[in-house]
Amino acid sequence: MAKAEIISWYRIFEMFNFDAFHMYGVIGSAVILGIIGVQLLKKTKAKSLYGEALHLNPKTMGVYRYLLGGILFGLGWALVGACPGPMFVLLGYGYVPILVVLLGAVMGTFLYGLLRSKLPH
Amino acid sequence: MLEFLSPAWPWYVAGPLIALVMFALLYFGENFGVSNNLRTMCALAGADRFSDFFKIDVKQQAWNLVFVAGSILGGFISYQFLTPDVAVVLSAATTERLANLGFANAGAGYLPQEIFGIEQLTSISGLSVLLVGGMLVGFGARYAGGCTSGHAISGLSNLQIPSLIAVVGFFIGGLLMVHLIMPLIF
Repeated sequence: MAKAEIISWYRIFEMFNFDAFHMYGVIGSAVILGIIGVQLLKKTKAKSLYGEALHLNPKTMGVYRYLLGGILFGLGWALVGACPGPMFVLLGYGYVPILVVLLGAVMGTFLYGLLRSKLPH
Repeated sequence: MLEFLSPAWPWYVAGPLIALVMFALLYFGENFGVSNNLRTMCALAGADRFSDFFKIDVKQQAWNLVFVAGSILGGFISYQFLTPDVAVVLSAATTERLANLGFANAGAGYLPQEIFGIEQLTSISGLSVLLVGGMLVGFGARYAGGCTSGHAISGLSNLQIPSLIAVVGFFIGGLLMVHLIMPLIF
């Protein structure tokens, strides 16, 4: 993640301004290969190393939670320029202020746990 | 010896590597989704006393925490050994936009000093940006049931409609932030 600069705040800013192809290339090529691979795995009924069915984690259908949750996530993603994975990589880089972002992310997760029954899903 | 790893990697190397990580996790009977760790951390901190949402089997999530440890270690190794220069080459249009927002030295490092400078930790506005941004990511990821890895990569790879809706949401939120809200706060 670090080496393709997708942990860079600037790259996220650039993506949301449609100024460069880089991020679209990274995500797009991962998804296209992912689609091809997952379809092949399904066709061949591939099993994991432990002989179980693959854990593809299908999501239950709905609109509100994905759209509203997605928008909130996007607001945060663009502001701090990091989604959860890169936050940890940046910590390894020694950027101390990312600890505050991580603390916020844990607090946000906790808040969701508290409010979950009151939110539309 | 590691010199060939040092320049910034192009998208057509990074994207396929991400897909490879996802397939490796599937092969080991897991799935690729990072934000679940935040839930596990809540559970470890005792959040299960406040909400059933955190009553999860932490042991089952152990691999996930290993991924986090690996990410931190990967960042450290990359910083120590593979990245002599952390400058990011940005498009001219982006540099100009940032200058207009008041961001100097755009691309001088991975992160802008205006948000991540150490002095931001001693100002209320600086701390708020970091904390609120983090909370939005954490709350939004759990509300939507996944983040960039779980929805955009794993979900879209499995052609899941909910993930597509979530990714559209990510973009609506991101565009609102960059085009409407950031000009107000910076």
